[in-house]
Amino acid sequence: MSEALTFNYKIDGDDFTRAGEASSSVKNKLKQLGLDSDIIRKVAIAMYEGEINMVIHADGGSITVTVSDSDITMVLADHGPGIPDIEKAMQEGYSTARPEVRSLGFGAGMGLPNMKKYTDEMHIDTVIGQGTTITMKVHI
Amino acid sequence: MTIREMQEVLDARFLYGEELADLDVQFVFSADMMSDVLAYGSKCSVLITGLCNPQVVRTAEMLDIVCIIFVRGKMPDENMLALAVGKGIAVLATDHYMFTTCGMLYEHGLRGGA
Ligand SMILES: Nc1ncnc2c1ncn2[C@@H]1O[C@H](COP(=O)(O)OP(=O)(O)O)[C@@H](O)[C@H]1O
Ligand SMILES: [Mg+2]
Repeated sequence: MSEALTFNYKIDGDDFTRAGEASSSVKNKLKQLGLDSDIIRKVAIAMYEGEINMVIHADGGSITVTVSDSDITMVLADHGPGIPDIEKAMQEGYSTARPEVRSLGFGAGMGLPNMKKYTDEMHIDTVIGQGTTITMKVHI
Repeated sequence: MTIREMQEVLDARFLYGEELADLDVQFVFSADMMSDVLAYGSKCSVLITGLCNPQVVRTAEMLDIVCIIFVRGKMPDENMLALAVGKGIAVLATDHYMFTTCGMLYEHGLRGGA
C-alpha cells in the first residue's frame, strides 16, 4: 500500500447499544487489508475503549483512522466536558462513570490505561468545557 | 476441550455458531465487567458472563474470543445474536451459575489466561 487509507466515523452520543460499531468496522477493514491479527486486536481494543468513553463521558464525537505502511493512527475527537486531571484519569481504577454505566459493564476505570497499554503512542489533548482529542498509534 | 464438549458438560444450549463446535479452546475469562475483560482477557478465547447486553458481543469481537457463555439462564435477544454473525463467535447459554460454570470447565482442564 503506497497511499495512506483514511476511514471516518461519527459516534452517536446517546446510543449505548450502538457503541462499538465504528471499532467493529475498522477491525473488518484491517482484516481485509490482511494485517497481522495481533496488531488488529490492539487497534480494536484501544479504539473500542475510546469509542465507549466518547459515548459514556462526552456525548459522542468523531473518529478518524489512517492506515499507512508503517502504522495505524486513530484520532478520537469529542466536544465533551474535557478531562480535568489527565494523570488521575490515566490511573487504573479511576472512574467518574455513573452507576448506570457500571451496570452496563463499563466504568471500571480501565479504559485509558488499556488504550495506553495496547498502543505504541498515545497523546491526550483536552480543554475543560471544550472537549478532548486522543491520538493513538500502533506500529505495523 | 472443544466448544461442543463445553456445551455438553454445561448442559448448555447453542444459540449461535454451531458450525464452530469443533474448535478447540484452552483459556477462559469470566467477568460481568467488560472493562475487565478488555484489560485482562486478551489471551483468552472463551468469555463466561452474567451480563447480557450488546457490548458483551462487541467485547468478544474485539478480543477475537470464539465462544461466549451466558450463565444463570441469561438469554441474549436477536439483536445481540445478530452482532455475532460473521464474526466467528459461538454463543452458548447455560442455567448454571457463574461459579459452577467456571468450576465445571476448570475440572475439565480449562484454565484462566493470566
Ligand atoms: N472522552 C472523554 N471525555 C471526558 N472525560 C473522559 C473521557 N475519557 C475518559 N474520561 C475521564 O477519565 C476517566 C477514566 O477513563 P477510563 O480509564 O476509560 O475509565 P472509565 O471509562 O471506566 O471511567 C473517566 O471516568 C472520565 O472521568
Ligand atoms: Mg472508559
